[in-house]
Amino acid sequence: MSSPFLIAAGGQVGEGFFRERSSGTLPCQAQASHLFCWDWARENIDRYGTPTVQHLEIVVLSVLIGFVIAFALALLAHRRRQLQPPLLAATGVLYTIPSIAFFFLLLPVTGFGRDTAVIVLAAYTLQIIYRNTLLGLANVPASVKDAARGMGFTERQILWKVELPLAIPEIIAGLRVAVVSTIAIATLVVLISAGGLGTEMYGSNLNFPTAIIIAAAIVVLMALAFDLALLTTQRFLTPWRRARPL
Amino acid sequence: MSSSLPLASVGGAIEFIFTPQESNVTGGKKVGGFDKSAELLVGHLEVTLLALALALIVALPIGLYLGHKGKGELLAVGIGNAGRAIPELAVIALVASLIGVGTRNVAPALALLGIAPIIVNAYVGVRQVDPATVQAARGMGMSELGIIRKVELPLAIPTVMGGVRGAALVIIATATIAPLAGVETLGDFILNRNVYGENGLLAGAILVALLALTIEGLLALLQNRLTSDGLKLKTG
Repeated sequence: MSSPFLIAAGGQVGEGFFRERSSGTLPCQAQASHLFCWDWARENIDRYGTPTVQHLEIVVLSVLIGFVIAFALALLAHRRRQLQPPLLAATGVLYTIPSIAFFFLLLPVTGFGRDTAVIVLAAYTLQIIYRNTLLGLANVPASVKDAARGMGFTERQILWKVELPLAIPEIIAGLRVAVVSTIAIATLVVLISAGGLGTEMYGSNLNFPTAIIIAAAIVVLMALAFDLALLTTQRFLTPWRRARPL
Repeated sequence: MSSSLPLASVGGAIEFIFTPQESNVTGGKKVGGFDKSAELLVGHLEVTLLALALALIVALPIGLYLGHKGKGELLAVGIGNAGRAIPELAVIALVASLIGVGTRNVAPALALLGIAPIIVNAYVGVRQVDPATVQAARGMGMSELGIIRKVELPLAIPTVMGGVRGAALVIIATATIAPLAGVETLGDFILNRNVYGENGLLAGAILVALLALTIEGLLALLQNRLTSDGLKLKTG
């Protein structure tokens, strides 16, 4: 996460930055070689509001759609085992196609803008969520299901009240990976005019490190926040995992 | 929002890959064609392989060592999680603006993106090896290095290769925006729409997708070849 900054610090942090701070006359965005211009950051932090909201909207929509589809596919494949290999292959192919190529392959069909972005990002999350949900369901011990059956549970009750709750850790682990990578990849939707934080990394900002670093920092913080939120949700949803044997 | 340029067609894009076309943007000048496609493909492969090799040299020993020692779980998993959160566009843009353009500067940056999945998978793969197997090897008098090379690595190959495939994918994908940092890859067709037009855009997307699928297929084959027959029996 800190790697680009570290590399930059190696070469550039020295003269330019401090000289600029002390002279205080030149607008420092005019100097492309600056690592970070605090004055510019203070004055321009407002401009990140709209891109951040757009970014959030795209990520949340994509992951929600991806989750609904992948979850349904996993339940289907859990019941009908013969569907597992073809579904794994299909979601695998979607995952393999680089997102940028995917955006532009869809362009003739869905055009520029948010629709294309959401379709691609949702397709991207399918494999990880599908695979983890299926894994979680498969990890439920047969003895537990037998016990539920012995208590008179129907197959449907077993799925919703026994198997799925026990699969929550795997399902949420999949969601965490999906959300974090979607937040990072969503910076690329600027290439199909769908907005987001990528707008502050691309185009006229391409040679102005400060703007890029702020946008990247927001992306990383957003990923961290979602990751923590999901982890907390998981702990909240699986209280039995916190129980300690007496 | 819709495109201001006429939309591309798959047929037009495929023609663009093989024969130079009169661009609808540059007015009569011929662009694209087989020679240009091949040149960009080679550029893409060059920077991808260089980055992947760098990532392997750095990440594989670290992951195997941490896994063997059973230490640094937090470090290995943390690197993996953080790696996924790095915005690729920011990496390329920062390299271009702070370090410089060209393959020499971009390949290490791409390698950085590949390091995380390789470390994590190597770590997890080695940790999954049955401790009894390692004990047996130690009892037979194998050195620690020998155990890593001849026992742990072979048993961890499927997981390790999973990491290599993940790294290859993220590097190929990010190499597509490498033209922003002055490296000519297939992304050139996509990013320079004002030169290659809409057919070039779609052609670039098709070529990048095919390249990723081909490399993924080849690595899957390699994984199959490297996995010992005994392991295949167990899983199959």
